[in-house]
Amino acid sequence: MSCCGTSPGYEELDEVSRLVASRLAAFLKTLRDSGFAVGLAEGQDAAELMTAGYAAKPRLLRSAFKHLFSARKSDWEKFDGIFDAFWLGKRVRSRSMITGSSKAANNPSLKTLADGQRSGGETAMDQVPSTDDAGADCVGEGRMEGASRADNLAEVDFRKLTDPAQIEEAHAAAARLARAMRTRLTRRDLARRRGYRLDLRRTIHGNISHGGVPISLVKRQRKTKPLRLVMLLDASGSMSMYTGVFLRFIHGVLDQFREAEAFLFHTRLAHVSDAMKEKDAARALDRLSILAQGAGGGTMIGESLQTFNRWHAARVIHSRTVVMIVSDGYETGDAPLLGREMAALGRRCRRIVWLNPMMAWQGYAPEAAGIKAALPHVDLYAPANTLSSLTALEPYLAKL
Amino acid sequence: MKNRDEIAQALAASGYIADGELATAISLMQLLRRPLLLEGEAGVGKTEVAKALATVHATELIRLQCYEGLDQSSALYEWNYQRQLLSIQAHRGDNPDDVEHQIFSEKYLLERPLLAAIKRPKPPVLLIDEIDRADDEFEAFLLELLSDFQVSIPELGTIKATTIPHVVLTSNGTRELSDALRRRCLYHYVDYPDVDREARIIMARIDGASASLSLQIARMVEGIRKEELRKVPGVAETLDWAAALVGLDVRDLHDAPETVHETLMCLLKTHEDKSRVTREVSERLLGKVA
Repeated sequence: MSCCGTSPGYEELDEVSRLVASRLAAFLKTLRDSGFAVGLAEGQDAAELMTAGYAAKPRLLRSAFKHLFSARKSDWEKFDGIFDAFWLGKRVRSRSMITGSSKAANNPSLKTLADGQRSGGETAMDQVPSTDDAGADCVGEGRMEGASRADNLAEVDFRKLTDPAQIEEAHAAAARLARAMRTRLTRRDLARRRGYRLDLRRTIHGNISHGGVPISLVKRQRKTKPLRLVMLLDASGSMSMYTGVFLRFIHGVLDQFREAEAFLFHTRLAHVSDAMKEKDAARALDRLSILAQGAGGGTMIGESLQTFNRWHAARVIHSRTVVMIVSDGYETGDAPLLGREMAALGRRCRRIVWLNPMMAWQGYAPEAAGIKAALPHVDLYAPANTLSSLTALEPYLAKL
Repeated sequence: MKNRDEIAQALAASGYIADGELATAISLMQLLRRPLLLEGEAGVGKTEVAKALATVHATELIRLQCYEGLDQSSALYEWNYQRQLLSIQAHRGDNPDDVEHQIFSEKYLLERPLLAAIKRPKPPVLLIDEIDRADDEFEAFLLELLSDFQVSIPELGTIKATTIPHVVLTSNGTRELSDALRRRCLYHYVDYPDVDREARIIMARIDGASASLSLQIARMVEGIRKEELRKVPGVAETLDWAAALVGLDVRDLHDAPETVHETLMCLLKTHEDKSRVTREVSERLLGKVA
């Protein structure tokens, strides 16, 4: 580490070195802006490298800096571009993070979806058998004026929220709920712990006064690890009234769970964990809208799951993973494919939870071909159209 | 040894065909005294890097295989309880303080890999394999060890490192590592080798593999990696397959399409993959191999 190299004080540097140092500082800032975790120690090491003769050959310097500053594969892949752009004045080729083709350009961005301005609403409604729509809005508004608004909000179907303030409140509640789930899961784990094998080291140390005869035993306990949550959110047109709330829920979960991953899908799949880890929810949504062009269109659940199983499952799923799919199950693609991919997913993970916001609608039966194919592989099929139905999930997750 | 080219040559001499950037990484390891974190798919030869490094430095390789639940007592040190108990029995009636002093001396200490690595007279290569399998707590503990290179044993006091080992960590990416650990390390992403490099690896490792056969095998494997497989074959599998072909006396893949197809089991490790690469597929792939 840098401890073995003594770096001279800034005043002692000659003009050229000072120039180099300020350029280097600017480069570090560029890296930080691009999401690299670069600290002071790295800066010092970099300066040491430049004085050690690496600066003479750009390619060598690039390779050395790449090892020093990268911390993960994504850094590794984009480093050369950033380096060339900064030091060699080349233009960075913008790398598209989206796989597959973008379908409709004039679809609403996620930001607008989340804000509750449902420009895609018309396309959504015609796919949905609306049975209890009549009079729904007036119920929602009537409640708004009631005294215990917060309580009522828990029971109001998300799609019936019209007032921006109310929507914002529901979003905040979803985020809070996600946080509460995390803390409660952890505490329950602690309460269940029991020592199950002897800690020989502490036992012997504690029993020296008994001549080494183990009288008082010290036990060890195995720590139960919290589960990992992988969320797949349907962002298609038919789900557009729910997407906003669930995005906030996911944002809260990613913020609080140590191990959680999130994906969005509609006609294709996008990995959104990194974008969603942005602390500010609105900024996260901005980043998302770039990732998820085409949200609000049709749904290819089977194909999206296939992509997930093929490219992401091995990395994000382990034996303590719960996969949470939020979708209405209106598959516009191949239903048998969905069944096969669900089976494959079920073999890998611990539980599959399917949340269907439409389940609570009156007269809804899972008759769409997609949901029929998927249901045999689902461990928990639950409604998720209100905050209270989200809360109801927590005991189930805590038991796993 | 500081020179990058010298390191590349020494690596090649040890039988490890490195890509250009790895030599830079190794020279940086020495210059900056940072550990090297290697990431990549399973089977691309991450562990081999550490072995080659040990050969280059002509030093010992100490390996710590991580797994879930790995704790200090199996990674760092453990007291030899049986011996301690015997000693307590044998010295029954003696002054308890003397007995305690005796049974908690270094004589009764069992070295585990991490402690062993910092007590060697010559700096060894310390390979911490699959760090992503260990728990977060262990990662935090490791971080402390890697920055201070000293170990405190409550009963004995602090043991300072006699030498600083060359530390190599590998990760398969099954769990996200902490930013703190990532920042402390140099990072190198190990990818599947390109055709040319893989052919050279085969030639270096398998006796009796000719240049033309090695190139054919490497091209064939590259084709297979592009198929939709559940488990993409790594370099280790390629070497197995090459060894099988050489063992069956195949000189040219085109001469023995039957054998080629039948020995594909060296590469394809799941039933699904096996049934996906049918005879037709393997013949099509073979057709593309010049």
